[in-house]
Amino acid sequence: MTGGPKIQIRRVSKAFGAGARVMPALADVELDVAEREFVCLLGPSGCGKSTLLNIVAGFLSPTTGTVRVDGRPVTGPAPERGVVFQEYALFPWLTVTGNVEFGPVMQGRPAAERREVVARYLDLVGLRAHAHKFPAQLSGGMKQRVAIARALANTPAIVLMDEPFGALDAQTRETLQDELSRIQHLEHKTIVFVTHSIREAVYLADRIVVMTSVPGRVKQIFTVKLPEVRDRFAPEFTHYEAEITSVLREEVAKVRE
Amino acid sequence: MRTAATRPAALAAALAVWAVIAHGNALIGVVNPVLLPTPLEVGRVTVDLAGSGELPRHLLTSLGRVAQGFGLAALAALGLGLLVGFCVPLRLMLEPVIEFVRPIPPLAFLPMFLVWFGLGETSKIVFIGYTTFFPMFVAIAATVVRVDVVLLRAAASLGASRADLVRRVVLPAALPGIVVALRVGFGLALFVIVGAEFMGADAGLGHLIMEGRTFFNPAQIVMGALALGLLGSLFNTLLLAAERRLLRWRAAA
Repeated sequence: MTGGPKIQIRRVSKAFGAGARVMPALADVELDVAEREFVCLLGPSGCGKSTLLNIVAGFLSPTTGTVRVDGRPVTGPAPERGVVFQEYALFPWLTVTGNVEFGPVMQGRPAAERREVVARYLDLVGLRAHAHKFPAQLSGGMKQRVAIARALANTPAIVLMDEPFGALDAQTRETLQDELSRIQHLEHKTIVFVTHSIREAVYLADRIVVMTSVPGRVKQIFTVKLPEVRDRFAPEFTHYEAEITSVLREEVAKVRE
Repeated sequence: MRTAATRPAALAAALAVWAVIAHGNALIGVVNPVLLPTPLEVGRVTVDLAGSGELPRHLLTSLGRVAQGFGLAALAALGLGLLVGFCVPLRLMLEPVIEFVRPIPPLAFLPMFLVWFGLGETSKIVFIGYTTFFPMFVAIAATVVRVDVVLLRAAASLGASRADLVRRVVLPAALPGIVVALRVGFGLALFVIVGAEFMGADAGLGHLIMEGRTFFNPAQIVMGALALGLLGSLFNTLLLAAERRLLRWRAAA
């Protein structure tokens, strides 16, 4: 599948509920994500961006429309699409090592190979010294690092991230953004990243998909033409922030009406 | 302030209170002293019955019935609890039936089991199994339902099959609830074995207690009751220790 988009989202709609109480969450979403591209889904809460991510992950099926990965329709979760959740979703009964090697265990990889994989990805997120701890012994930022290592250790082509830094304090959040950007330059994954932070989106994304609310649609797509390593205080950075803010403000105002 | 000495001290104090009341009564004679046995008298009965081999026989008989009835019920409750907790259509089908049958006091069915299975071991084992199954099953199904869907999604996206999800996510996530269910179930088994052995049994701690009544030996009644209490707290201690080992990760913080 050379040339074609890695992820193809075609006329995807999703409604929850039944009968008279049907709540439309997504309407006619069209989006292509290229291989190795970092795309941020940005929008006010309730715009269905997490719903869209869950459909791409295979956790939800669309009411109408299709999602294709490498041209094949998505029918359920699969190891080619790793997921990082806002609430970390680490297995609390497994150690850091146990969590990171969960995917390789599922793939039936031999123990020696798993040890290597665990060491490599714990090094990548700087947590090798904590390999034998349980999640309950880690801070929020460390937990999310483990979750990222766990997703990557399964060598997915695509990583789906659902507001992964949403529950972290501002300082930790920026540190993790730096790390994710560094990791992406090493790993070159296709990433779909849901956030409601404009700053975060401008810092990380190649393209930013701004969504409208209730039901969620694609409103506008921004291609971020900034250097790979970004400076949050550069005038160009601030320019993107301001432009997207004004587009998003219309949406937030609409929700209030 | 809880130290290693707290438990023995509390037990010794309770024993002392009992001794003071029983011996005091023996001196003053508020009620007939036979009706209120002293620790010494209970001790004597225990030594006599232990020496004659009667006590171990009754104890093992009861324990065997409890182990079989509770064991079978625990296996069934675990299997069906996982199945029903995991499979929504099955749950919707079974729930109304269970909610109707569950509030019926199990003792109401004991005569039925005696009619069906006679006075032998089977009726007692089935009765204990029936009694302990429902609370364990309902508790286990409820913990399985409460397993965080995000954990299941995380595992599925890492390549876990349905069998992997049950074995590697549902089971460990539900383990704390399962251990509680087993403790409740075992307590209940000791609760009802006595009732089953009151009605038509020739051995067991319940029978021993009933014999104490028939031959007017209150010390023997008290001894039987204490033996049951000891059995219950012993099993509870064992399960708590197992729980601490299995659920190390919860105490890790």
